[in-house]
Amino acid sequence: MTVTDVRTPRDAPTRIVAVPRTPLSRLRWAVTDTWVVAQRDLVHWVRSPAQVFSGLLFPGMMVLLFGYVFGSAMTVENGGDYREFLMPGLFALVIIMGVGETVTAVADDAGAGVTDRFRSIPMSRVGVVAGRCLADMMNSVMGLCVLVLCGLVVGWRAGGSLLESLAAVALLLLLRISIVWIGIYLGLLVKTPEAAAAVWTPLFPIAMISNAFVSPEQMPGWLRVVAELNPMSATVTATRELFDNPGTGGTSWLSENALLMAVVWPALVTAIFFPLAVHRYRKMSR
Amino acid sequence: MSAPEFTIVAEGLRKNFKKTEALKGVDLKVRAGTVCGLLGPNGAGKTTTVRLLCTLLRPDGGRAEVAGHDIAREARQVRTRIGLIGQNTTTDHVLTGRQNLMLFGRLYHLGKRQALRRADALLEQFGLGEAADRQVKHYSGGMRRRLDIAASFIAAPDVLFLDEPTTGQDPRHRSEVWRSVRSLVDQGTTVLLTTHFLDEADQLCDDIAVVDQGQVITTGSPEQLKSRIGGDQVDLLLRHAHALPQAAKILARVATGEPETVPEARRVSAPVTDRLTALSVLARELEAAGVAVEDISLRRPTLDEVFLRLTGSRPKSAQEAEGDDEILEEGVPA
Ligand SMILES: Nc1ncnc2c1ncn2[C@@H]1O[C@H](COP(=O)(O)OP(=O)(O)OP(=O)(O)O)[C@@H](O)[C@H]1O
Ligand SMILES: [Mg+2]
Repeated sequence: MTVTDVRTPRDAPTRIVAVPRTPLSRLRWAVTDTWVVAQRDLVHWVRSPAQVFSGLLFPGMMVLLFGYVFGSAMTVENGGDYREFLMPGLFALVIIMGVGETVTAVADDAGAGVTDRFRSIPMSRVGVVAGRCLADMMNSVMGLCVLVLCGLVVGWRAGGSLLESLAAVALLLLLRISIVWIGIYLGLLVKTPEAAAAVWTPLFPIAMISNAFVSPEQMPGWLRVVAELNPMSATVTATRELFDNPGTGGTSWLSENALLMAVVWPALVTAIFFPLAVHRYRKMSR
Repeated sequence: MSAPEFTIVAEGLRKNFKKTEALKGVDLKVRAGTVCGLLGPNGAGKTTTVRLLCTLLRPDGGRAEVAGHDIAREARQVRTRIGLIGQNTTTDHVLTGRQNLMLFGRLYHLGKRQALRRADALLEQFGLGEAADRQVKHYSGGMRRRLDIAASFIAAPDVLFLDEPTTGQDPRHRSEVWRSVRSLVDQGTTVLLTTHFLDEADQLCDDIAVVDQGQVITTGSPEQLKSRIGGDQVDLLLRHAHALPQAAKILARVATGEPETVPEARRVSAPVTDRLTALSVLARELEAAGVAVEDISLRRPTLDEVFLRLTGSRPKSAQEAEGDDEILEEGVPA
């Protein structure tokens, strides 16, 4: 091992960095940092077979499991096809499950000190978070693509116009963004990957107590209220409407205004958890 | 433009964690282009001091400037000038070594090409060339540490902070770390390092600040510290261990500090100021008391002893530190 001059001019300018001072150069730094961090998160994803599995195979398995195992025993009001009813629910399920990925990734970074290194270099603070967000969105888009393909195979069709279909995808991604903040908040709260695993546990019940798999009309009174209040239900109903899938016929105010609520709920979640996540991040330096 | 004399100036830095007063007013000045060592027992506040100066923590009181920038008001400017090697590794375990250095290089806004060139040069320098494309989670502890150090060298920092840089390193790589730090210092980088290894502090540091219970209790060059605690050290080697308490009592009369006995070695030592008087008094009184002495010797105190006197506790010696039992055997690079 030889010691070379650490500052050989070819390799490194004597002083590499100048902080960006104008708003425009700040923005440029933030955009670059976001992209670099997101790329790194994608490498993580590719490098982890378990995540690839849960991200891609899990949705496919859900289609089989619910579509055929449970599906044969399920009926949809107004005589719709259960698998057509199911797909929007699974779309939202994949989105909701994403919170587990975010929490784990954020807690991993905090635990391994990577967050500390990010904080000790002059990169943009926005970049750290926005990069995480961007990578999570890309993961979810991939998961959705797989799910759409599975859906097409089992007979699901988007009956609405192209614009309506795009709007449905946009609503799903909107829900995902709001969930990123929950994930970052919880990840910074628990700090260790071990504790982060606990976050997965309540996800399934939360996803089940919604209108994703069964219409709330068939649930006992109090459960129905909970299921209808579940922010996930609003997105599911709204996507069903936009994809022109069966099962949108709720009678409550919430389900009649599902499109509105599919925007209001994520906005509300963001309004609560974005400041909380920022607060947690700031708290690291206290 | 003349460079300021001090690269790090801290005045009355305070930091509380809930009820723990981690720092109770740390004053520290590090001259430009020198290596300063923070030496202190576990929990003294060394890491906290470093984390404050690196802008990872906000101070609850006091102020500090690093490379001419205030750590609280100009944190981002400070970050452009520093490199940090934390007590725990801070690289990404999923990425490969090269991907890690590329990542941080690009976050320093080097171009893709430049980041790659820099990454390869650093990997080579730290003996990680062959492991460059392996995931960091398959690295050994020492390799991770070196990758960490390489990552902090990316931007050729003005000020380098190292929190226990050589913990867990084998002797060869330990020397390599020291040499790399030295080569940076030769080019004008200022270094603040914390360590438990006294030989490291002795060899590497121009100045040492001894930290105890959240305060700097003394500063000076290793030589100054050694002479400050009372000139020389007397070692009495006895023929029989049972005479140790008696010998210690006699030694206490001429010593400037509490005598320390090592029963296994049949030895008792203490610092003295007036060496000649001490020796003649000792010889006389030991003989009168009938203590059989095999050897009396005078020597400069070790940094270990300095440390013990100043803080009342012994720092971890290299042997006790995790995972490396050979470190002391290896010589120190010239
Ligand atoms: N994040 C934290 N939360 C609460 N207490 C803390 C935190 N970090 C440090 N402390 C406390 O502050 C004091 C100083 O800790 P610090 O880590 O600075 O010591 P140190 O000198 O680096 O010790 P070591 O030699 O073991 O690394 C200790 O009492 C420690 O318990
Ligand atoms: Mg420490």
